Amino acid sequence: MNWDWSVVSDFMPYFRDGLLVTLQVLVIGSVVSFSLGLVWALLTRVPSRWVTWPVGAVTEFVRNTPLLVQLFFLFYVLPEWGLTFSALTTGVIGLGLHYSTYTMQVYRAGIEGVPVGQWEAATALNLPLRRTWTAVILPQAIRRVVPALGNYVISMLKDTPLLMAITILEMLGEARLFSQQNFQYTEPLTVIGIAFIVISYLASLALRALERRLAH
Amino acid sequence: MTPGLWELVLRGVWVTVQLLVLSALLATAVSFVVGVARTHRLWIVRFLAGCYTEVFRGTSALVMIFWVFFVMPLLLGWQLVPLWAGTLALGLTYGAYGSEIVRGALGAVDPAQREGGIALGFTPWQRLRLVLLPQAVPEMIPPFSNLLVELLKGTALVSIMGMGDLAFSGHLVRLALQESAEIYTYILLIYFVIAFLLTRGMRGLERRLKEGVGQRPARGGGGPARPAPTGAGTGGAA
Repeated sequence: MNWDWSVVSDFMPYFRDGLLVTLQVLVIGSVVSFSLGLVWALLTRVPSRWVTWPVGAVTEFVRNTPLLVQLFFLFYVLPEWGLTFSALTTGVIGLGLHYSTYTMQVYRAGIEGVPVGQWEAATALNLPLRRTWTAVILPQAIRRVVPALGNYVISMLKDTPLLMAITILEMLGEARLFSQQNFQYTEPLTVIGIAFIVISYLASLALRALERRLAH
Repeated sequence: MTPGLWELVLRGVWVTVQLLVLSALLATAVSFVVGVARTHRLWIVRFLAGCYTEVFRGTSALVMIFWVFFVMPLLLGWQLVPLWAGTLALGLTYGAYGSEIVRGALGAVDPAQREGGIALGFTPWQRLRLVLLPQAVPEMIPPFSNLLVELLKGTALVSIMGMGDLAFSGHLVRLALQESAEIYTYILLIYFVIAFLLTRGMRGLERRLKEGVGQRPARGGGGPARPAPTGAGTGGAA
């Protein structure tokens, strides 16, 4: 085993660039998946089979197929359809869409977990449907699903390296670039491996703290 | 799509299935060993197993694959055949997730069952084999079913290393046809069909295992599970 610290310090500028891209993708991807997931969850409650069935089929399909192939699909097919986005935008769309099918289930469980009495009270107060959702149901549902949503942030963090396959230079992409230029694989790959552990550990600590604050 | 290109896709399906089966076997072995170790009475065993879980869950599967392909040969001086390297990386990563499932299911067995085993003078190993596992394993099947679909999706990652799996065949066909929508739709559909078959198979397995310990599986569409019949069961420490 030959570990060379000078390689590590040479790798640092690349590492910093990659880390910034990884975090950026993670934040935007989370926002996309959280909002799209809520939309899916609300659509599955529309009282019409013409809406619920297609939504169920599409999300089931997205959930059960590999993110990597979905990214390839978006990256190569969208331009054929005349939609040209940057690699980064395509990546964030892919990641957000894939994870929205997971967050959808989280929201659904949260909405179903709101006691029936709350619905009945809203009916008794003659609240319009819109107010029932925004003022009564969603504030309670979202509050209890925050920890579960957080888990998907960590999962998403660990899926960001896939974006390397569609030319985005996040941490793994930068490490591969550096390795190929310098023929040094051990140090860059180990450094980013440790970085992933550290980030996901910090994220899980933050989540636990958030969970404690939200608990009554 | 010419027959030759379809043959390429079918060869990709075969590699994906091989990789799936091998890494699922390795992941199951890792899950049980690490999961049981996390309930061990010695703190050092629990601690080491916990470290394993944290490290392998904390890193990305793709980073693990890169590590096994590029760093391990440099450190150890020998290189694995791609299929085994992929199996090792995926099996170790998903095994770490599985170990949490095993730990959770063992923890969910009624404590009285363990105490009963102690009262009957069973050794820890007998307790595990005859009392705890037969009751815990059926509980593990639904989360393992999810994990198996995750593992199937994870196998696509090895295509980045140029292993000829389904995702990689799709890539080659795209280069040959210069047409993306068709081939990637087929590839996604094939993955979906495999995932569907897996979940179906696991549901059947769950039903059979739960019958073995006198329980009834929860219905698929959600809703509260029926309380399991109590009293003189047919399974357990018979």
